Amino acid sequence: MTLAPTASQTLGPFFNYALPLNADLTGGGKAQGCRIVLRGRVTDVDAAPVRDALVEIWQANAAGGYDHPLDRDEVRARDPHFIGFGRTLTDAEGAFSFTTVMPGPVPFEGNCWQAPHISVAVFAAGLLRRVRTRAYFPGEAMNEDDPVLAAVPKERRELLVAAAEGEGSYRFDIRLRGDNETPFFGD
Amino acid sequence: MVEYAPYPDGSQPTVQSERYFRTSQLAPSRPFIEAPVTLSEITGPLFSREGVVPEEADLTTGGRALGQLMVLAGQVLDEDARPLPGLLVEAWQANASGKYRHPVDGRDAPLDPNFTGAGRMVTDSEGRYRFVTIKPGAYPVPNTGNWWRPPHIHLSIYGYAFMSRMITQMYFPGDPLNEIDSILMSVPDAEARNRLVARDEAALGIHEHALGYGFDIVLRGRNQTPMENEGPAA
Ligand SMILES: [Fe+3]
Repeated sequence: MTLAPTASQTLGPFFNYALPLNADLTGGGKAQGCRIVLRGRVTDVDAAPVRDALVEIWQANAAGGYDHPLDRDEVRARDPHFIGFGRTLTDAEGAFSFTTVMPGPVPFEGNCWQAPHISVAVFAAGLLRRVRTRAYFPGEAMNEDDPVLAAVPKERRELLVAAAEGEGSYRFDIRLRGDNETPFFGD
Repeated sequence: MVEYAPYPDGSQPTVQSERYFRTSQLAPSRPFIEAPVTLSEITGPLFSREGVVPEEADLTTGGRALGQLMVLAGQVLDEDARPLPGLLVEAWQANASGKYRHPVDGRDAPLDPNFTGAGRMVTDSEGRYRFVTIKPGAYPVPNTGNWWRPPHIHLSIYGYAFMSRMITQMYFPGDPLNEIDSILMSVPDAEARNRLVARDEAALGIHEHALGYGFDIVLRGRNQTPMENEGPAA
């Protein structure tokens, strides 16, 4: 039997503050690896802030492992203090911030690897479907051969690379629409 | 292994909608990029039942909330109709007056101290979830002329994969506001819209206490249960 997936609907403006958020993925600093901050702003067609957008991230740990049964690799070991998931709401300036660790490279097919990256999804009033993108890191040689980055037209790839802002801090702005619109991936 | 087929035509809302003005301000104008689905997409956050207490599935804090008490219950399934145990389901909604417990809702309507407005639970071994709540009121959308959102409950569900993550809304059968709602009507296929409307099912309710509504949720993906049978550790 085949069922059609339920239709997505907009988050709306009132995602309830009674539901838990998690913007610190490091378990209060216990996770292994280099601690980083990933922050940015969500903006609309007029470059105006989008408030109360739900930003979610999912990433591998410092060894490139996912805390999930479909990632069974023994080498990229689990880190009991790192789940890899975070979510937060943007503030009145459209700003969000996560404290996490630098993810390791993640396997692709065969002997190929993906560059370190953080999967990002945004839900907001006015988005009937979520949008999904990835944050990559500046100065990372593996970006050249990353199979997902390669699917993005060359002139737009840099929009997926976060900007270094000093020690361990990276800025990743999400322009939902308009000039320099962030590239989003199909679901 | 997990498979993700393209969404059936019309089963998902359009990205842009002429009826829903806000899409012209922030919905992406460029087509989504087709990229390989990798380990990063077929994995996703799993939530244990630890830390989610049964009381969180009751939004009425003991049944004293104002309005029509109701039970919302259903099953979470994959595209092959396999039940999905161990998934986090969250719900949030307006109270009986159509007012949200949220600082951004500035409308002149009363809050109800006995209604929390939000709840969560983890699906059981048959993929079932169940919330006790009240039927929400309709509410007007500011600066839109005369658009009232029909009564609806927002639902957020994490599948086993980042690909199957979804947020939707359930609607009530027979409400005349449904067919003029810009958000529900953004789903092109009529059958797909019908699937966002709950079933009237008194048997799911509580005898002489609460109405019952059934609402099943189908997540993206086939054969997507990575666990044996049980889902994440209880
Ligand atoms: Fe709503």
